[in-house]
Amino acid sequence: MSTETVSREKIESRVEDALVEFGAERDDIGPDAKFESLDVDSLDLVELAQIVEEDYGVQITGEDMKSLDTVGKAVDFVEARLS
Amino acid sequence: MKRRVAITGLGAVSPLGVGAGPLIDRWADGQSGIADGEGRCADFEPTDHLSRKELRRADRFTQMALTASGEALAQAGFNGDKPVPAERTACVVGTGIGGIGTIEEQHLVLEHKGAGQVSPLAIPLLMANAASGSVAMKNDLRGQCYGVVSACAAGAHAIGAGVRMIQYGDADACLVGGSEAAITPLASAAFGSMAAISPTGESRPFDARRDGFVMGEGAGALMLEDEESARERGAEILGVIAGYGATADAHHLTAPEPSGDGAARAIALALEDAGIEAGQIDYVNAHGTSTPLNDRAETEALQTALGDHAADTPVSSLKSAIGHLLGAAGAVEAVATTLALSRGTAPPTVGWEERDEGMDLDYVPDSARPLEHEGDEPLRAISNSFGFGGHNAVLCIEAAS
Repeated sequence: MSTETVSREKIESRVEDALVEFGAERDDIGPDAKFESLDVDSLDLVELAQIVEEDYGVQITGEDMKSLDTVGKAVDFVEARLS
Repeated sequence: MKRRVAITGLGAVSPLGVGAGPLIDRWADGQSGIADGEGRCADFEPTDHLSRKELRRADRFTQMALTASGEALAQAGFNGDKPVPAERTACVVGTGIGGIGTIEEQHLVLEHKGAGQVSPLAIPLLMANAASGSVAMKNDLRGQCYGVVSACAAGAHAIGAGVRMIQYGDADACLVGGSEAAITPLASAAFGSMAAISPTGESRPFDARRDGFVMGEGAGALMLEDEESARERGAEILGVIAGYGATADAHHLTAPEPSGDGAARAIALALEDAGIEAGQIDYVNAHGTSTPLNDRAETEALQTALGDHAADTPVSSLKSAIGHLLGAAGAVEAVATTLALSRGTAPPTVGWEERDEGMDLDYVPDSARPLEHEGDEPLRAISNSFGFGGHNAVLCIEAAS
């Protein structure tokens, strides 16, 4: 749970893997992809938040989630908390 | 007048393979799917049947229900443009325990990682109605939909619920079934503590040496339809559920009432619903768990309900070949009974050798036997299911004519 050496690429890759695990197609995933269009729903996003918390120690609340509607915004959020 | 209920699709996932075909072929051939004292569905590869997203959102019992239902729906022609409006198509799937694998897994997460890491999918996966809800969602069935929970009678109760909907006109079609995936550490230990499970790992229904049941898993599904409209649309009729009866023992949490009175009353009700006499039954698909108490009480019940005709009627238990599928048992057994009737065969009680004192019925030892009777009436069977809690559910099934 180091908060020092996590690169953006690493966060992106972890989030992408999680989304694929949730059922999204890897080719459809990019910074601008909306969770809704990836068929990633609120239950999946809670799991994504749990993964982020477990791996990086970053907490994402339900309130935070409301504004994080794309993959890029979620990665930005985690990156900002880690810097 | 009640509407008649036709069976237009069958599906199964069982220890004998994936599909209704392998179930009846292998059982009629006297084969067993039990290995190392368990009836696991070793051939069931969930990724062959479900998408990544579906898999993640389904406990194993729901995965099996989706697969068996898919087979039944496809056979009935419900996999594309549906022959019956979605709003008139219902869905009822029973289970004994539901997603116990998920409960055990998520309890470990709670213990080791804390409440914050417990999956938000835990409840929707473990709930006992997850199978029925998921089947309706995947296949766009919009009529009544719910789960049925009555331990080892759940599969038969689910079918009975669908039968009543169609008889009464609440629905024109209903996907019914049962599903169970409870070969888990907790469930196995718990059944073991009750001394319900066979210590020798042998499923020997009605045999003098029987010493408990063998845990099995799987799912069965049937597409039921109003017979008249199914015939009008040219559907292949695989059989008819002519009657259904259900009662309670009100006796003991786990033991059957020894005289089999509750079971006998359920059989009598099923025959009455079908409008037939005991003498018109050609075959009995027994609950036959291989426990000392069930098999004796069931024998008593059959003698009470069928009278003198009981001695002349072949009685066999599918559990001899696949173990006890708990909440899926009644559904898988109804699938097998339907196919046994359409093939005109009584599959054997696999491994039956030693007669127990006072248990004098014809348990179809050794190998399958042709079913025949005089006249041109269709072959008829009853399929019995009884559950912990004292639940009794009996279906009267008729071969297609």
